[in-house]
Parts: sequence; C-alpha cells; structure tokens
Amino acid sequence: MANEVCFRTLEYLKQPWELEEYKSRGGYEVLTHILKNKVGPSEVVETMKASGLRGRGGAGFPTGLKWSFISRNAPGQKYVVCNSDEGEPGTFKDRDILRYNPHQLIEGMVIAGYAIGATVGYNYIRGEFWEEYERFEAALEQARAAGFLGDNLLGSGFDFQLHSHLGGGAYVCGEETALLESIEGKKGQPRFKPPFPAHFGLYGRPTIINNTESLSSVPVILKEGGEWFKELGVENSGGSKLFSISGNINNPGVFEVPLGTPFSELFELVGGMKDGRKLKAVIPGGCSSPVIPGEQMMDLTMDYDAIQKAGSMLGSGAIVIIDDQQCMVKMLDRMSYFYHEESCGQCTPCREGTGWLWRVVNRIENGKGRQEDLDLLESVCGKIAGRTVCALGDAAAMPVRGMLKYFQEEFQYHIDHKRCMVGAGPTKGLG
Amino acid sequence: MTDELVTIEVDGRELKAKPGTMLIDVTDAAGINIPRFCYHKKLSVSANCRMCLVEVEKVPKPLPACCTPVNEGMKVSTRSPMALGAQKGTMEFLLINHPLDCPICDQGGECELQDVAVGYGSDVSRYSEAKRVVPQRDIGPLIATDFTRCIHCTRCVRFGAEIAGVRELGATGRGEHMTIGTFVEKSVDSEMSGNVIDLCPVGSLTAKPSRYKARAWELTQHDSVAPHDSVGSNIHVHTRNNRVVRVHPKENESINEIWLSDRDRFSYEGLNSEDRLTQPMVRKNGEWQEVEWQEALEFAVKGLQSAAGSDGDQLATLVSANSTLEELYLAQKLTRGMDSGNIDHRLRQSDFRLDGNDSPVPGLGITIQGIESLDAALLVGSNVRKEQPIIAHRLRKAAKSGAKVSFINPLWIDLHFEADQFVSTPAVMVDNLASIAKAASAKLTGNLAKLVKAAEVSETAKSVAEQLKSANNGVIMLGNQAAAHPDYSLLVVLASAIAEATNTSLSYIPALSNSVGAALAGALPHRGPAASLVEKCGANAQMMQSKPRKAYLLMGAEPGFDFWDPSLINSALDQAECVVALTAYHSESLASCADVMLPIAGFAETSGTLVNAEGTWQSFNGLVKPQGDARPAWKVLRVLGNLLDIDGFDQNSSDDVLEELKSHAAETAIDNSVSTKTAGELNSSTEGLYRIGDVPMYASDALVRRASSLQRTNSAEPAAVRLSANQAKSSDVEEEETLVVVQDGNRAQLPLIIDPRVPDGAVWISSALPGTEKLGGQFGVVTLEKA
Repeated sequence: MANEVCFRTLEYLKQPWELEEYKSRGGYEVLTHILKNKVGPSEVVETMKASGLRGRGGAGFPTGLKWSFISRNAPGQKYVVCNSDEGEPGTFKDRDILRYNPHQLIEGMVIAGYAIGATVGYNYIRGEFWEEYERFEAALEQARAAGFLGDNLLGSGFDFQLHSHLGGGAYVCGEETALLESIEGKKGQPRFKPPFPAHFGLYGRPTIINNTESLSSVPVILKEGGEWFKELGVENSGGSKLFSISGNINNPGVFEVPLGTPFSELFELVGGMKDGRKLKAVIPGGCSSPVIPGEQMMDLTMDYDAIQKAGSMLGSGAIVIIDDQQCMVKMLDRMSYFYHEESCGQCTPCREGTGWLWRVVNRIENGKGRQEDLDLLESVCGKIAGRTVCALGDAAAMPVRGMLKYFQEEFQYHIDHKRCMVGAGPTKGLG
Repeated sequence: MTDELVTIEVDGRELKAKPGTMLIDVTDAAGINIPRFCYHKKLSVSANCRMCLVEVEKVPKPLPACCTPVNEGMKVSTRSPMALGAQKGTMEFLLINHPLDCPICDQGGECELQDVAVGYGSDVSRYSEAKRVVPQRDIGPLIATDFTRCIHCTRCVRFGAEIAGVRELGATGRGEHMTIGTFVEKSVDSEMSGNVIDLCPVGSLTAKPSRYKARAWELTQHDSVAPHDSVGSNIHVHTRNNRVVRVHPKENESINEIWLSDRDRFSYEGLNSEDRLTQPMVRKNGEWQEVEWQEALEFAVKGLQSAAGSDGDQLATLVSANSTLEELYLAQKLTRGMDSGNIDHRLRQSDFRLDGNDSPVPGLGITIQGIESLDAALLVGSNVRKEQPIIAHRLRKAAKSGAKVSFINPLWIDLHFEADQFVSTPAVMVDNLASIAKAASAKLTGNLAKLVKAAEVSETAKSVAEQLKSANNGVIMLGNQAAAHPDYSLLVVLASAIAEATNTSLSYIPALSNSVGAALAGALPHRGPAASLVEKCGANAQMMQSKPRKAYLLMGAEPGFDFWDPSLINSALDQAECVVALTAYHSESLASCADVMLPIAGFAETSGTLVNAEGTWQSFNGLVKPQGDARPAWKVLRVLGNLLDIDGFDQNSSDDVLEELKSHAAETAIDNSVSTKTAGELNSSTEGLYRIGDVPMYASDALVRRASSLQRTNSAEPAAVRLSANQAKSSDVEEEETLVVVQDGNRAQLPLIIDPRVPDGAVWISSALPGTEKLGGQFGVVTLEKA
C-alpha cells in the first residue's frame, strides 16, 4: 500500500521526470480528460473536497475547501501558487517530487488553475534547490512544447502559463503570504491575515496557494476518485502522505504510506536505530512540532488526530528520530538558533523573543544556565505563541515547550552540573 | 456594505460603528485607550508592533485592534488578563533591546515608548544579555538617527512610500538584524522628510538642528502659521528662554493635515542667524553707523521727504508678500498717504500688461483639501512639489485616485505622482498652451485669437483638452514660473479661456505666504484695499525699477535675491537719493544700496495675519521678543506714518490694523476672473539661448536663505549653469567647465552642469542664489562665454 500517489511512477520508470516516461504511466491523462470533456470545474473541486486531502505543507487545511473559496467566475486575474519552499528542518519530501515527478506537479497545477479559473501559476522553489529548479524548468519546457502549458490547452480554450520562481533562502518565505510578497519582488515578510490569499493574494488577486505534495496529489485523486483517496487513509486524515524520515536510523529517506500507518511500521521501514542504540524521542512533524518520547511514539499512528492528541503535530511529515546519545539541550540550542536566525523581524514578539529564547537555551547548553531560566523559557514562549503576525512565532515556541515538557531533567542537569546528562560533557553550541 | 451601524461592546461599553471599521479607530473615537506603536491614522496598517492586542470574545488568541474589523455583537476587552498580558508581553519584548537611557535621549519626555512603558512596562528587566547596538548612520543635516533605539514600527518606511512618495528609508535585514536605513549610504532628501521625526515613536529619528537644545518639558508651545509658501501650514512653535527652539506641525485637516514641509519646519534657524539686524543703521557720509531708533526714523523721514519732495510719484514702495497683512496694509496706506500710487508686492513678475483686467484676488479658487477631489489638473509653469509641497501632496492624492495631471513647464520636474509633462523653452510654452486652447475651442480675441488660430493642435494638446473637458472637477493652475514668465499676461488669458471652454476653473498657486493677503491689503499699484481698482494707477514693480524713482521704501526684500531682475533693481536703487529698508537682516545686498536700515521683527517675533492660497485668514501672536532692538514692522510703519504727518496712523496694536483692513476687505473673496480675451505680443523668443530662472526651494526668502541646516541639504544646490547634453554640445561647452554668463551686459561666473531636465534652446540658471545676484531677469536671452 505504499507509493500510491506522489510516488506512483517511481518504481516503474527509469527517468520518471521525463515527459514521455510520465505519460507512459498515465501522466497528463487526467488533464487531457478534463480539458477534452470539459469536466465542470465545480466537479473537480467537489472531488477534491471528497478526497479529504489536507494541506501537506504542515497546516493541514482541507485543500478542496480552500479551492472552493474562490469563485471561478469572478472577474480579473487569479493565480495558482505552489509552495515548494520546503524550509522546515527535517523536511525533504517536496524535493523528491521536484526531482522525480515534476510533471505530476505541473499537471496538478494546471488542473487547479482550471478549477478556479486562474490562467497563471507560479511554483516558488526553495532557494537552495538549484538542481530541482533546473529539473522543474526542464519539465516546464517539455510541458509547454507538448501543449500542456500555454494558450488554448489541447484546443479547449483554456490558457495556463506556469512559471517557477527560485527563492532567496529565507525560511519565512515558506509562510504563504511571505512567499507571495517574495514573488512580488518584495522583502519576504508575512502579511497579516485576514484577508487571506483567496481574497487578496498574489498582486492583490484571488490566489490559491498549496504545497507541492498537495498539488501533486491532484491528478491521482481525480483519476481514482475522491473516495478512493480518502479510503487510503483513516478518519479525518484521508489519503497517503510522504514522510521525510531522518535521524539516528539505518535507512533515512522519503516514504509514501497511507495516513494512519502505525509509527512502529514506519520505524521498521527505516530499519530501526543505528548502531543498535535506544530510541529516545521523535519529532513527528518537522522541527516546529513538539517532541514526543520514543516509547509513547511507538504506540501512535501517523495521522493528524493521533499526533495532535499526543500534544504535537503531523506538520509536514518530517520525522526526526533521536537516539539516547543525543543531548536535548544541545538539540534545542540548534533549533532555537534556527528560529532566531530565520525570524523576519517584522513583528515584535518573534523578532525579540526568538533571540531571547535562543540566548537562554544557549547559556544553559554552555553551562551558564540559572535556575530561573526554565521558568523564563516557558514565560517567553507564552509571550510569543499566538501573538505574532504569522506562525513562525508559534513554531519557535513549540519545540521549546515540548523539550521542557518531556526532557526538563536534562535541562535541570545542565544547570546543576554545567554539563550534559548524556554524552561526554559540555558541548559548544553555535553562536 | 450597508450604511447601517453595528453595535459592539468594549470593556462593557456599547459602541456603534460602521461594519468593517478597524477596532482601534472605533475605540480611539470613543476615547478608549489602546496602546500602539506601528498604527498611525495617516498610514497603512502594518500590524507589526503587536502592542494593541486585545481580547475578543470567542477568539482564543488576542487580536491586534489595528487590523481587526468590527462586526455586530463583537465583545472586546482591552484590559482583561489576556489583553493586558499580551500588551505587557509585547512591552517587555520592545524594551529588552531598547536602551533604557532616557535621560540622554532627545526624545525623552515626549516618547511614545516611554509613555506606554509607564503603563505596561515592568520595573525589573528579566533580560540580562547585552543589548543590540546598531551603527550610526548619517542621513543628512535635518534628521538625526539613533537606530539602536528603533523599535521597527516602520512608520518612517510607510511614510516614504505612502505620503512623501519617495522610498528613501527601508527596512533591511532579517530578525534582530533588521534595521532602518537608506540601503545604500545616501541622505534623505524629500522636501517633506522632517515628518518622520514626528512619526517616529522613539528617539530613533530626531530633529538634528534642535537635538539636545532643550528637554521637551522646558519648551513652551505656541500656535502659529508657517511663513513661506502660500499653504499657511499650521504649526506649533516651541520656545525656550525667548528663543525658538523648534517647529512642529499643528494638525489642521483642511490645510496641512498633520504634515509640514522641511522648509516650514527648519527655517526658524534663520531667525537666530548672525545676519540679524539688531540695531537701526544709517549711512552717513558713506559709512554705516548704528543709531537709536529716534534718529534712524527721523533720518528716514527726512530722506523720504527731501527725495520725494512734493512729487508723490518719486516714492516707490516694494514689499515682500511674506509680510503680514497688517504690515502690507500700513505700507500701502503710507505710500498712498504720501500721494504715491507706487506700491507693489509682485517682485518676481515682469509682465504687468494685464493689470486692470487681471484677476482681482488671485488664489486657488478651491480649497486646499478640495485639491484631493480634482479629477483633472493642468499646471502651467509650476514646480509645485518644491514650491508648495503640501499642495503637491494633495495633488498626489488626487492623482493616486485617478486624476489626470499635466504640466506645461520650462523644465522637467521630479514628481512623486504620475503626470504628463510638456516641457519646452518659455516661448514654446505659450504655443503649447495656445495649442490646448485651440483643441478646447477656447474663445479668444485679437492677438491671442491669431496666436491660437496659428497654433498646431498636437495629440498631447488634444488629450489634455479632452481630459479637462471630461472632468467634473478640473482646474488649470498657474504656478510661480508662470508668474515670472515674460508672457504671463498671455498665459493667464489663454488659461482663463481654456478654463471657460472646458468648464474647469482657473486657479493660481500664489508664491509666498501672504501673496493673497497682499492683494487684499492693497499692496498693488492699480488696486487698493479689498482689490478695488484705484482711480489713479501707480507704477508697477517693473516700472518702479526701469524708470528709477528718487525715494524707495523696501520691506522684507533683498535686492539681489527677491526681485525678478537683480541688475535692474540694483541700478534703480543706486540712482535713488534715499532708500529706506525695513529688514530683519543686515545683508550685503541691502547695505550696498540703502541709506537707512530699520530692524524689523522676524517670523514668530511679531503678531499678524497671513492669508493663504485658498483665502483663509490666519492670525498669530508674537511668540518671542524681537532680537536686539528690532521692532514689529507694523509699529515701524505706524511711527513713520506719524512722523510723516499722515492721517490714520493711530493703531495701538496689530489687531487695530487688522480691524481697519477688515472693515474694507473682510468679505473680499478669492476672485480669479479675468476680464479680457486678448493680450499683447509675445515677449519671449526662441532666438538665442533663453534663461530659465526658477527660485530654488531653500532660496525663496530671506529667512530660509539663512536657515543653516536647510542650506546644507542636497536640495540647496549652489548656483550653476545647467544645459542639456545636446545644448552643451551645440554651445561647445563641457561639464564642470566654468562659464561666464552674460545677460543684459551683466556677467556671472558659474560652473556648468549637464542636466537632462533642461530643454534644448534653454539654459537653467536659478535665481536667488549667491552668484546670480548681479544677473538680469529670471527669463531672458543669455550668452555663454568660456572663463
């Protein structure tokens, strides 16, 4: 039951990124069918709704519902934007789609454009993904030459232009409105919402912005049907999902499995812990999701509800598996530095708070922590979370709270003994 | 959206508001205080400071009041534990990296951060790390920066983008490294730049000229009116120890909103210039001597009487239209009391052929605020952005909401809004306007009818005529360079006819702070108080100079800098027997030709009234004592009147003078009607190299010419000869070469600058700058020689 959607062509093809190979496995058939038979756009949206697909970028907002916010017949330009910024630490699934299945993304985006009446799309690709950008550009060329992009697609009268846009390397540009600002040539800073992009998006026009994985799932959902997709997963978590699994394991990589798959099965899939070490903790949904202790994780299934119930988030599906040799203080030091460095600086709590968090964690890591620091961290987190323009503030606070919830003793040990509970002793953090 | 109001509840109080209004606007109107830093009523909402977070029922997170629209039944708590917690949390974050050295910060005592910290800050800081330090940046002589104090509210950035129309400041860098700056080292040069000082809620941007000159609480605030352009911006003058320390804008939505041009804000420095004349001076046997008032006045009276003798026509009075209404009224009364009709305030005009048929009280004809609702405007001979920045700001708003704005100018001007510019040599400007007149089928007679008939209707003329015709609310505005144009009368009549044909209105943008008042006060040779035509017309400013008189009375004007043709006025004054100058400054230009210099009070030192471009009378008090022995000019004139035995000089206060004038002119409104359809022959020519002599922004009057900080800005450029690259080539001269300009036999050595803003066939040599004070008229044929 693996590799049913975004990776469906992978095991059959030698160069799945080539147009002809993609077509040999049914590529562009759905788009052709829709255009030739003039399938009603609302039917497309309904199928997407029925599929239960939730945004794969991390927030998990129902994709079909998002599409339905845009009136296809509203006058003026509308846009489809794909978020391939993939900046969440631990996440590397969209990269594989761009590498191995770019045409499926293109097909999905054209269908999305058709559904909402947009004639222009942009794929915003993470600044570091140069090779993927080039491969996607090549795929665009092929699609244009084959008439899947451009004017009057397959004689249907529907036009769709698609452009890729390489980012500048800012994590915050993965936030949808910062991404839109960045495409517009401005400094990548989130806008306050509302208004949401569906009403005021790219260049102030109605825009849908979806994750790479979400849009790549579209052709398969429309081919197999919404119900089929939904049935792949479990209640409230339809379909399958790409998991980027990394950490102290034997076989890291990207795995497409149905939502609801027990973590223990995934654990098998990645070949268990490296060097026979003990599983200590798991970050289940990217760096921003609170950490979960290993033994608790072994009892969880990988779906939105189960992970949320355990106090964390499925997020982008980036699972980081941590063994018992890792110091959680050092790990948090590195993570907090990331958010401090990547805060856009626009709003006060994030600009000032992320730096403060990191400095406190860093001094604990370096043996200069004070007893009151643990309360201070909790307090600063509370003043950031829920009070910022975008979710970066929450993202910075959640891992701190997660670490303190389950691994406070390691922090306490650092404060008391000026060194690590695990490993060889004090380690120097970044900074 | 319906017009119906929704009811919301804030802290238990029921409030009504239009749906969709932002919560903070509703609470502000109701007097409920919500702390804020980035929000500003005149700027777009950016919601970045997070200080205005409040609790809204049924919303799990606190919401920023600045970007939360109200809807029916909304229940808001601004002081609940959640709201206060959020506000105090933000305050703590803002303070962790902000220096807490308020005693040495120029903003201390009038700092929004300091004020809000009293209510929402904590007494102890939990942040023990080193604070952020941002390197100093020099952004010019007007604004002092201390970006270490910046709280990143971006008001200054939004001001540039949204109000000033130039993005001079921006936020670069991410996170904690985000700083405000000019990106590439450069200065902030907008003519409205000083407003960021008011907008900045902390001590990050402060006024350089007044920095560390006083603590906010030592200053006394007085209301007054800005003394330069015809806007009459309302200001607060801040004084300490009988000195003006700084000037801030005073809110007046119908005039300057909350803004102030840099000229109005920083010119007060000129008050304390070393040039101030503080003691009456007379020239005895060719030597200047300081004397007591009595002696000086008697000297002046004797001089005037013996020079003018019984022939009133031998007295010529030339007054600056920056003088107050009271001063102008008394000056004309004194002149006419001496049986002379020779008084004029139009020192920068050369074409007076329309006098008698001219607009009685030329002014905007619409309100300053009304400019915003124009849908078409044609400006003739105007660099409105530099000359009247607030009017340009209103025009910009109109243009942004779709108004079509066009310019017929002798120079390309830098604009901050979209407009069509038709640039040509002065003579061709007349043709261009005639072309529009033809396209608009304007009705003209005589000479002008011929001119219009001969004009070719260009596509641009057609489109401008069409824009004006289709406008519901259009104007044709005549600017300062039109007034100085050798064919001003032709321009006025053409513009008036086009206005009539297109059903738009004729509008004048007066140059100085009391140009309209001068017309009301009767400081004109052909019109008395209330602009009534006089029986016996006196000599106009031009005639008073070209046919020299024996006695001259000057008020507030410097011969080399305030006249259309410095060489002409200088030669007239040199030939005179007696020149009496009422002046706030001791200048070389006056000392070389005057016989008596009477020190008068400057801006803020005297009470008086100014009438702005839209015709609003604005009175103000004297705020500081005049320097030295200087006296308000109205008092000096009154005493002169007494000593000259003229009736009606018994006023005890400037209010008495004002009341007297009001009895004539209180009901006199702006009147832009022109009572002729024709005008004389074309004066300007396309032969030879034609000079365009504008008046640079910071050279417009004696006060601003001495405002040292403004004089150090990039906008205060020294005099130069500017030519287009084409023209330089055909004149066989090269960039940076020093040239000798020859105009009417007068010579000046100036450097050459290649400037694409100058049309071929013209040479741009600004007037009113050192180096040009011996040259001829603002417009006219010049030749260039190699030095």
